[in-house]
Amino acid sequence: MVQPKTMGALLAEHPIFQGFDPEATEFLGGCASNHHFAFDEFLFRADQPAERFYLIRTGDVALELDMTGRKRLVIHTIHPGQIVGASWLLPPYRWRFDARALGDVRAFGIDATCLRNKCDANPDFGYAVFKRFLPLVAERLLATRMQLLDLYAPPVEVGAKLQA
Amino acid sequence: MPRSMAAPVWELGMEPVVYQVTGRHQELVDTVTLQMTPVDGPAMSFLPGQFTMMGLPGIGEIPVSISGSPNDGGPLTQTIRAVGKVSAAIAGLGVGDRLLMRGPFGEPWPVEEAVGRHLLIIAGGLGLAPVRPIVYWALANRGRLAGVELLYGARGPDYIPYGAQLLGWLASDRMTGSLIVDRHSDEWAGPVGPVTELIGRHATVDPAKTVAMVCGPEIMMRFVIQALEARGFADSDIWVSMERNMKCALGWCGHCQLGPVFVCRDGPVFRVDHVRNLMTQSEL
Repeated sequence: MVQPKTMGALLAEHPIFQGFDPEATEFLGGCASNHHFAFDEFLFRADQPAERFYLIRTGDVALELDMTGRKRLVIHTIHPGQIVGASWLLPPYRWRFDARALGDVRAFGIDATCLRNKCDANPDFGYAVFKRFLPLVAERLLATRMQLLDLYAPPVEVGAKLQA
Repeated sequence: MPRSMAAPVWELGMEPVVYQVTGRHQELVDTVTLQMTPVDGPAMSFLPGQFTMMGLPGIGEIPVSISGSPNDGGPLTQTIRAVGKVSAAIAGLGVGDRLLMRGPFGEPWPVEEAVGRHLLIIAGGLGLAPVRPIVYWALANRGRLAGVELLYGARGPDYIPYGAQLLGWLASDRMTGSLIVDRHSDEWAGPVGPVTELIGRHATVDPAKTVAMVCGPEIMMRFVIQALEARGFADSDIWVSMERNMKCALGWCGHCQLGPVFVCRDGPVFRVDHVRNLMTQSEL
């Protein structure tokens, strides 16, 4: 009889945790659960406690803001193999944005309090987790800066530039 | 001997040829694509990545990349964004209007480097225009390439030139690719973020068997180069199209000098390891 995979083994297959220490992944699996979101369903809402973040397995998610008097503004889209949510890492542990499913989404949810407690209790594990998450946060910061640069804005004419 | 010194002036493209606008398409609010044929003589032949100097008497002359197909020998196709006096005047031309043309100029994209390998094309903004001839070439030579992938980033959904054609390409089974916008709008249901995001998610090719050709604003290209290197690409497998102020297009006047090179003559297409240091130096 085929044994079902443990949550730790499933997490190890996700790109975020590929190559992560197997024992640490099993330890992390104790905080993880499977989730499914239908189109337009919220994974979380802005200003709510950041209790659970998600590793996307299938489907796309929009990070967005509900702006009074305007339609919803999508800031960033997140796709399979990526993480939704970083506000669980630092106080005050509240989401800054809404996360909404753009279609059928399947994800691993990680209980943030459970993970923080494990990181506190086992600093080696916590360091490994933070080393895994910090590049993702830095990548997101770079992406935001690139969007702020408005790279494709019409150039100011400074003579005859090649139009490209 | 530099190529520009090897032949007399009239053979180098200093003498303009009169062209007539035969087609005009409003791509974006400030951008048009013109189709043009010479009033006398044969149509210009060119290679992907080359540009011409488009001029109007009494107004001025500007360099513009050729954005049409290099395969069909049809009208010359160029996409012009109205950003100043000359470009606005040219963008304002209608069917039947005439203008002056010199060229083609510049080193082309090294498309033959991609033969037997994957061709990864990355463009941002109006940088799609200079790489469009590569796509035409790649589709005409699809059997000689291991794969063709186009990653495109735009400011927003309203800023995507060649929209229908681009979607058709991406939906075809002859190439792969994806597009992304920096800024969302209500009618957009696709990805939102910088074009570098697509490199991590979509460029699934083996860097050792891939040639990357990149065009867009220079800052965008710098970030793209970094993202490609993070994926394992060597500088020698990445090509970029640079832009600088060009006047003579022959490497004589020095307006487009970038350190030891002239962008109009030695470029606009460069291999990254040849210009990498120049791209990050201020005042160049």
